[in-house]
Amino acid sequence: MSAHTPQETPPLTAKDFASDQEVRWCPGCGDYSILAQIKKVLPRLGIPREQTVFVSGIGCSSRFPYYLDTYGFHGIHGRPLAIASGIKAAHPELSVWVVTGDGDGLSIGGNHLLHTIRRNFDLNILLFNNRIYGLTKGQYSPTSEVGKLTRSSPYGVIDFPLHPLSVAIGAEASFVARTIDVNVKHLAYVLERAARHRGTSFVEIYQDCNIFNHKAFEYATDKRTKADTTIELEHGRPLVFGPNRDRGIRLNGLDPEVVTLGDGITEDDLLFHDERAAEPSLAYLLSRMHYPAFPEPIGVFRAAERDTYEDLLVEQTRAAVAKQGTGRLADLFADGDTWLVE
Amino acid sequence: MITSSTSDSAKQTQVEVLESVAVRFAGDSGDGMQLTGTQFTNTSAILGNDLSTLPDFPAEIRAPAGSLGGVSGFQINFSSRRIYTPGDRVHALIAMNPAALKTNLPDLEEGGILIVNADAFTAGNLAKAGYETNPLEDDGLRNFRLHALPIERLNSEAVKDAGLTTKAATRCKNFYALGLVYWLYNRPLEPTLRWIEEKFAKSPAVADANARALRAGYYYGETAEIFPLTYRVERAAIAPGRYRKITGNEAAALGFIAAARRAGKQLFYASYPITPASDVLHELARRKHFGVRTYQAEDEIAAVCAAIGAAFTGEFAVTGTSGPGMALKSEALGLAVMTELPLVLLNVQRGGPSTGLPTKTEQADLFQAVWGRNGECPLPVLAAASAPNCFDMAMEAFRIAARFMTPVILLSDGYLANGAEPWRIPEEDDLPKIEVEHPTDPESFRPYARDAAGARPWAIPGTPGLEHRVGGLEKADLTGTVNYEGPNHERMVHLRADKVAGIAADIPPQEVSGDPSGELLVVSWGSTYGAVTSAVERCRGRGMDVSSAHLHYLEPFPRNLGEVLRSFRRILVPELNLGQLDARLRARYLVETTGFSKMQGKPFLIHEIEQKIESMLNGNNG
Repeated sequence: MSAHTPQETPPLTAKDFASDQEVRWCPGCGDYSILAQIKKVLPRLGIPREQTVFVSGIGCSSRFPYYLDTYGFHGIHGRPLAIASGIKAAHPELSVWVVTGDGDGLSIGGNHLLHTIRRNFDLNILLFNNRIYGLTKGQYSPTSEVGKLTRSSPYGVIDFPLHPLSVAIGAEASFVARTIDVNVKHLAYVLERAARHRGTSFVEIYQDCNIFNHKAFEYATDKRTKADTTIELEHGRPLVFGPNRDRGIRLNGLDPEVVTLGDGITEDDLLFHDERAAEPSLAYLLSRMHYPAFPEPIGVFRAAERDTYEDLLVEQTRAAVAKQGTGRLADLFADGDTWLVE
Repeated sequence: MITSSTSDSAKQTQVEVLESVAVRFAGDSGDGMQLTGTQFTNTSAILGNDLSTLPDFPAEIRAPAGSLGGVSGFQINFSSRRIYTPGDRVHALIAMNPAALKTNLPDLEEGGILIVNADAFTAGNLAKAGYETNPLEDDGLRNFRLHALPIERLNSEAVKDAGLTTKAATRCKNFYALGLVYWLYNRPLEPTLRWIEEKFAKSPAVADANARALRAGYYYGETAEIFPLTYRVERAAIAPGRYRKITGNEAAALGFIAAARRAGKQLFYASYPITPASDVLHELARRKHFGVRTYQAEDEIAAVCAAIGAAFTGEFAVTGTSGPGMALKSEALGLAVMTELPLVLLNVQRGGPSTGLPTKTEQADLFQAVWGRNGECPLPVLAAASAPNCFDMAMEAFRIAARFMTPVILLSDGYLANGAEPWRIPEEDDLPKIEVEHPTDPESFRPYARDAAGARPWAIPGTPGLEHRVGGLEKADLTGTVNYEGPNHERMVHLRADKVAGIAADIPPQEVSGDPSGELLVVSWGSTYGAVTSAVERCRGRGMDVSSAHLHYLEPFPRNLGEVLRSFRRILVPELNLGQLDARLRARYLVETTGFSKMQGKPFLIHEIEQKIESMLNGNNG
C-alpha cells in the first residue's frame, strides 16, 4: 500500500477514523485492541479516509467496518475476499483492508483465501484467529485443536486443524505475518508493515474470545511465559528467544531444533531470519513451529516482491489501448463479416 | 413452400426457387460440422438471406468417435422472407457417418435430400450406431432422395497433391461436403475461400487442401449429374442497413459493452466458466481496449461477489452464468438486493436440474430467477427473445439496474446463446443513453434515502465526506445503519418490494401481435419467440382467431398485462419447462390458462405450436 500520495490536508488522527456507531463486542474481547491499533495505524499511512475501504464477511470480527469512518462493506459469510477482489480490480487506487476470522476465512471462505492470495491483489487481510466460532456461540473452528471440547464437539474435536500461515504460504503469499491482540506495539508494527507491503498481506492475529475460548493464547500473552513461548522474528537476525535470550533455533537437516547458546554454540550457528527469501521454504518452516514443542514465531515471516493482479490488469489494458487504440463501438459492432442491405 | 421452376441455361440444370430452406450438417464431433455450418451461414448472410441457426453438439469435447452420443449437428434456415426459427424439418441432411444418419434422419422432411458419406458406413461404425444392417443397402431410405457418395475417397483424390498426411487430408472432407452443398443451393465459394486463406495463412498446405476440397465438392455436383435440380433462395426483403451475423452470447457481450459506454462507465465482467455462458466471457476478454475488465473467478460465488464489489465502486458490473451457477449465486444476489447496488446477472439457461443437460436448451430457471433467494428478495427479471434481442435486453438490464439501484437477472438460453441471426448494426448515437449520478454533497447525503423511483444514491468510494457502510444486515431506513427493529424491517421489506414493483411504470406496456382481443392468445417468453411468432402468423394466415403476446419483462410484469390477458377467451402458454410462466400468470391474474410444455433440450418446432393452436381452436383444451 505504498503507492498513495500523502495529502496536503492536516494529518488525520485515530479519532478521525472512528465512526458514530456504538461498538458491540463483548467486554474484554480481543477485537477492541485490534480496532484501537488500526485507528492508530491508518493516519500514519497518509491515505485519505475516502480512499480506504474495509471489507468483512460474517462473524464477530466482521463487524469491524461499522466502527471505522471509511467506506465499508460487510459482506456475507466467507466472501469478503471475493468482494474485495472486485473492488480492487475495478479501482486499484483504493486502499482495501479485509477483516476475517478463522471460520469466515478458512472454513466457508477457504477457497477465496487461496485464490486471492495467489493473485496477489494489493489487499491487507487480517485474519483474527480465536480458534472458535464466537458469533454462532461456541462451535469448533478449522483452527481448533484436536480433542477440544466445544458445544458441537462434546466428545472432542476430531478435525485436524489448519495453520493459517502455512495455508497462506502454500497459496504463494507475498507477505505473511503473525501478531497478538494484546501485544499492542507489535500489533501496530505488523499492521503498518502489512499496509505498506504492495501485494496481498496476510496477517494472522491471535485474538482472545473471552466468552467461548478464553485464554486460548495465554501461553503467548502471559508475561511469565511469553518470552519462552514466542520468538520475535527480525529480518537478518538469528532466531533467539527466552527471558535471558540464551536459547535459539538451529537447523538440523531440514528440521528446526531448540538449542541453548554456549558450550560451543554461538548465534552464528542459529537460523537467521530472511523475510525476503525468494523461496518460501524458511517462512513455511517457521509457520510449522508450534507451542509447546517450539516457541511460536511472531512478526513478519515473509515479505517478497511480486507483481500485483491489478497492476498486470491495468498494464494489459494499457497495452491493448496502445496497440489497438481506444475501442470504438462502431468497430466492435462491425467486427467480422458484414453486408449491406439497400 | 412456394416453388417455381426456371431453367438455368448456363449450367443446363433446372433451378428451383424456394422461399425458405433448412439444411443440416451432421457428423462426428471431430468432423468439423460446426465450422461447416458456420461457413454456410456466413455465405448465406452475405447473399442477403434472412437466417437462423441451431448448433447442436454433445457435452463431451471428444465423445467416442462414431458413437451416437458424439454426433454434432448444425442446422441453418435461410430464407427470402423474415424467419424466426432454424426451421422444423430440413430440406437436406448431410450425414457424415451412420450415427449422424441415425440421430438426424427423423428431422429430414419426406422426400428430402439425403447426402451420405458412404465411406464411413463400415461394419465398425454401423455397429457403434446400432445398425444391424447397412441402411444404405436396404430400402429403408426409399422415402428420401438418397445420394450415398464416397466423400472420403473423392476428397482424398482431390487433395492428394497438397502435400498433407493422410490423416490431415481426411480432415478436409467437411469442406468437400460443403462445396457440394454450395453447388446444390447455388451459393458462391468466394466467402469461404477467403476465410480459408485467412484462417490457414500460416499453413499454406492446409489452406490449399481445404480450398481444393471445397472446389472439388462443388465441381462434383456440377459434373456428376446426380442432382436433377438445384435450388435458389433469393435475398430477403429486410430493412436497409449494414448487417452482421450474431449469436445470443455475442449480442449480450456487445450489449453490456454498449451499456457501459452509453453510461460513461467501465464494464466489469466476472464469471466462472460454465456452458453455455462461457462464450460471453471469451467475447469480452478480448475487448480490453474497450475498457472492459474480465475476471475469471475461482467459483460462481466469487464471481458474483467480485461483481458486487466492482458495483460498489461505481462500475457497471455483470456476472454471467447458467442455472447451476445462478443457484450458487443466490445468497450474493440477496446481498445485492440488501445493499441496493446495480448489478446484472446473465443466466444462459440450460437443461436442469443439477448439472442436467449442459449443452441443451431449456427455460426452467424462471422460478429460480424470480423467487430463488432467502427472505423477501424481489428483483427485476428480463428475458431475451432472439439472438439479436440479447443486445437490446443487455442494455435494458443495465438501464434498469442503474436507474433503480437493483440487481437485475437477464435470462437467455442455450438456443439463443449459440444460434445466430442477422443483426442490423445500430449507430452508436441511436442507442439509448444511460444516465448515472453519483452524489458528492456530504451535507445532504443519506445512504438509504430514496428518489421518486425508490432508488437510493450510488455513492462511491473516493468521494470525500460520503464514507458509509453497506452490508447484508437489515438497514435502517434513510441512514442505512444496522437495524433489527420489527417496524423498520417491515418498512424496508415494503420499500424494496415497492421499488421493484414500480419498475412496471418505467417499462413499455405489453404489446399484442395480431388483434387486441379475441378467442385465443398465445403468451410466450424468452427463446420460444421465434416458434410462437411463426406458428401464430401461419394460423392467422389460415384465418384462425389467434394472437400472440411475447413477454420481455417477467418481473415485474408490464402494467397492462392483466388487461391483455382478459381480452381473450383462452390463453395458451408454451414453455420449455413444466409451466412456470403459466403458474405465475394464473397466480397473479386469476385467469384460466392452458400450459404447453416441452423438455427435450430442444426448442419448440413451429408445427408443434401450430398443432396445439389448431387443436385448441377446434374445441379441445388439452
